[in-house]
Amino acid sequence: MAILEVKNIEKNFGTLKVLQKIDFSLEKGESIAIIGSSGSGKTTLLRCLNFLERPDKGSIIVNNEVIFDADDPATQLESEVRKKRLHFGLVFQDFNLFPQYTVLKNVTLAAELLAKERPNYKQDKKAILQEIQARGEELLSQVGLSDKLECYPHQISGGQKQRVAIARALALEPDILCFDEPTSALDPELTGEVLKVIKNLAERNTTMIIVTHEMDFARDVADRVIFMDDGVIIEQGSPQEVFGAPKEERTKQFLARYKKD
Amino acid sequence: MNEISVIISRLSESFLLNCRLFALTLVFSLPLGLLISFGTMSRFRPLRWLLRTIVWMVRGTPLMLQLMIIFYGPGLLNMSFTWPSGATGRFVAATVAFVINYACYFSEIFRGGIESVPKGQYEAGQVLGMTKVQIFFKVTLLQVVKRILPPVGNEVITLVKDTSLSRIIANKEIIMMAGEYSSKGLIWPLFGTGIYFLVFVGALTLLLDWLEKKMGYFRV
Repeated sequence: MAILEVKNIEKNFGTLKVLQKIDFSLEKGESIAIIGSSGSGKTTLLRCLNFLERPDKGSIIVNNEVIFDADDPATQLESEVRKKRLHFGLVFQDFNLFPQYTVLKNVTLAAELLAKERPNYKQDKKAILQEIQARGEELLSQVGLSDKLECYPHQISGGQKQRVAIARALALEPDILCFDEPTSALDPELTGEVLKVIKNLAERNTTMIIVTHEMDFARDVADRVIFMDDGVIIEQGSPQEVFGAPKEERTKQFLARYKKD
Repeated sequence: MNEISVIISRLSESFLLNCRLFALTLVFSLPLGLLISFGTMSRFRPLRWLLRTIVWMVRGTPLMLQLMIIFYGPGLLNMSFTWPSGATGRFVAATVAFVINYACYFSEIFRGGIESVPKGQYEAGQVLGMTKVQIFFKVTLLQVVKRILPPVGNEVITLVKDTSLSRIIANKEIIMMAGEYSSKGLIWPLFGTGIYFLVFVGALTLLLDWLEKKMGYFRV
């Protein structure tokens, strides 16, 4: 049973066709790496899944529920977008931590705000907040930051920031966790610690979509690899297939260029 | 000797008018400025252009002229509206002029502050399921406040001294009071008024520094 089905997504910015005929699906517990050169539409695809962009065509189905269909306005109600977003988590390239909150508060803030909508919030406020706090601490220890709970974002390194961002995205327990080039804004010596955390998540069978330029990492961690070029999925398959024996000419060219770099 | 203390107490009393005008202007122009800044960023074009035009006209003409237009305008145009008579009317008219003027300046500072918050902050809030209101109050507001504190501080300090302009519509503020002495040949009260402003601005500067330090725990 696919947890996510993306059907025939199309997105244009003016006359620029950013995404065309994007079709893929994702099984629960599976991780997909999306590779491709800059401007190939990878990031836009993630932004569509997270409702930061609205596709012009196609549909997105999560757990058999159509959460977006470009032909069905009923699936696009602004009031429901907020709930639907929670199926997905997104880790940004440049972290986007909230600078005025501690590391721990960055992780717990959204959960605390959402908890206010629970019917039993008033009576059980204390217990609920404690539970969220404990969960935040647990997540931060999972990404190796137990000793940074009370730090502010400007006091920690880029790699640590990105690990906080990962814990923050996990705090809402999304069905699918998306990474948008999570190491592209980091110094080379800091990418390792972030990749390790993501690898760890993959080993725990977290359902993930990872847009990345780290080819070795993609080969290592992903169950499946999608290669995109010019807004189109050129090829998808297991890492062995895509990296070891690419079928399409454009995939070969792209991988050859990467090996040279 | 007795005369000196009388003069000082009259100067102090008139400085209260400056202080009242200062306080009332801040209380009303800060929130009004925030509303105007939302308007100037509105996606509804007529509203945006209307407010940007108003801001342009208010910032583009002297406050002194605005005071006169607001105070004398209704009478000159034979409008049915008139200001209350006497000192109250002059003070209310001055307050209205100051509020409008400073709200426009503040609105531009707010707009700059709000627009300078990186888009990623809004998006991070969105993907975490926050509402627009939550994003504004929980994520962006404090960052905006930190960013705009220095320019707002500048405006606030300017406002202290601008309150003296209200004498153009015969508000008995401190410089007008001192002027009455200097026209009789007694010059020191006029110079003495400077001390009032220096002390007031000094206290404000301490307050602003304290606020800035308060928000030094994070960086934007």
